[in-house]
Amino acid sequence: MEKVKYLVIGNSAAAIGALEAIREVDKEGSILILSDEPYHVYSRPLISEHLAYHRPLEKMLYRDTGYYQRNNINKRLGVSVTGIDPVAKTATLDGEGTLKWEKLLLATGGAPILPPLKGMEKEGVFTFTRLDDAKSIDDYLDSNTVTSAVVVGGGLIGVSVTEALVKREVPVTVVEMKDRLLNTILDGDSSAVVESTLRRAGVSLETGRTVVSINKDRAAPGKAGSITLDDGRRLFCQLVILAIGVKPRIELVEGAGIEVDRGICVDRHMQTSVKDIYAAGDAAQAYDCIYCQNRVVPIWPNAYSGGRVAGLNMAGVKSQYDNATVMNSLKYFGLAMTSIGIVAPAEEGYEVICWHDSHFYRKIVLKDGQVVGMVFTGDVEYSGVIFSLMKDKVDVSPFKEKLVSPDFNLACLPEDIRREKLSRISL
Amino acid sequence: MARVYVKEQVCIGCRLCEVYCQLSHSGHKELVKAFRGPNIPVPRLRVEVDKHVSFSVRCQNCEDAPCVHACITGALSRNSESGQVICEEERCVGCWTCTLVCPYGAIRQNQAEKRMAKCDLCPEEEIPACVANCPNEALIFAADEEQVVPEP
Repeated sequence: MEKVKYLVIGNSAAAIGALEAIREVDKEGSILILSDEPYHVYSRPLISEHLAYHRPLEKMLYRDTGYYQRNNINKRLGVSVTGIDPVAKTATLDGEGTLKWEKLLLATGGAPILPPLKGMEKEGVFTFTRLDDAKSIDDYLDSNTVTSAVVVGGGLIGVSVTEALVKREVPVTVVEMKDRLLNTILDGDSSAVVESTLRRAGVSLETGRTVVSINKDRAAPGKAGSITLDDGRRLFCQLVILAIGVKPRIELVEGAGIEVDRGICVDRHMQTSVKDIYAAGDAAQAYDCIYCQNRVVPIWPNAYSGGRVAGLNMAGVKSQYDNATVMNSLKYFGLAMTSIGIVAPAEEGYEVICWHDSHFYRKIVLKDGQVVGMVFTGDVEYSGVIFSLMKDKVDVSPFKEKLVSPDFNLACLPEDIRREKLSRISL
Repeated sequence: MARVYVKEQVCIGCRLCEVYCQLSHSGHKELVKAFRGPNIPVPRLRVEVDKHVSFSVRCQNCEDAPCVHACITGALSRNSESGQVICEEERCVGCWTCTLVCPYGAIRQNQAEKRMAKCDLCPEEEIPACVANCPNEALIFAADEEQVVPEP
């Protein structure tokens, strides 16, 4: 039976984070990477640029084409794993036999959540998480007359695909079940800024609404021709994008004796409940240093850093995943916005400090004197400085007002904090 | 690794480091031409000022640099020879994810080209332009950090 030291299932940010960490420590140990996608590793967030501008795959690559070979990594792309055996330490590949591993990383990612919607099997209905989705939508736009589109879901994926479609000059209506867009990562005020930006770009918004059915096109009954909203209104559209969210792909571990909650549960070392099996990225439910609990946080940078921690531990170097939280940098229709941590606290016990003028808006959320969340719009260059205060759990009470001031900069920090921050370069 | 050190107590906040950084990255030799536009370069560092305190801050090429880990396109990487964090600018899409994680706010935005701009220690020069033109010797360049001993 074929044997590898490190088996990595998945070929995106978490996988690359692990590979790079392993190779920093172990230059020789055999590594095999498996993915059901046939492509060299690409930047998934750029699929919206592929759809909007036909950005070619060569300009979407996350690592150069010589990357695997240079790092002595074997790869099999376009291959599915059908099962893993945590006791025998084997993995079964679809049509390609079984192989044995010593350490396993599950970087299987997320899959789009599909609502049980009448008519969703029709042509013209797509999801938007992979390059193939962008290609399929692109083909559909080229071979059909699409005069309007409906995007179901106003989260990150929904707004990204909306922007891409607008750039393709397709009129879009976004249908969002909650009362505002991006409601899981923004607060009410910053959601409103995004909504007005989208409206200015010609996008129609239907918030607080759901789609109850996708209806046939009279002229071509196999294709989508309209959707019906829960208030009975019908919106004509030849293209429907389902962008409700992603859920961890956990099918490989179901029944394998590995603990699963919403995602694959991992400890601070990114190890699952079974020794020598690790998980990272959108598939994992890992520690969030602001929420102080394990959560599924499906974002690119955390996938890389979680994968990196997994890789170090897999190669025998103890490492902890303990300073990540949800964070997003948005740039829809040219509007820059950053959001980190708890931005719209639902319970008592938080203090909110805001600054705004007619264009820009800054907000921090504090708990017990420490920053636990922030939203900046417009000028976002100091977002990382605020995040570093969050991670370091600095008591900012004496200077909290300065943090949201438009004049805020490193010189505004109290001397002791400033000196520590700049200790490496201060003379 | 090469690094620019800062003497906060002698920085006068004149911002000439920003100006000469812009000149150095403009493709021109004369200040007036560099600032005549239309594409005036973005300073790749920043003078931080609050009342009597001032100092200039640029990329510190962190070990385990969070920006390199966070970069969504792979534009940011570490040069294994120099140890510097480098940006392949044509691969940058200006998503500002690096900005989310830079603890120094050292990543500047080139709004015209929608790309990040960071200190590259002026690879064409023996001494970075900011250091060479600091009128009060508030900036010190060390090609190797071992060379620098903090003053008592």
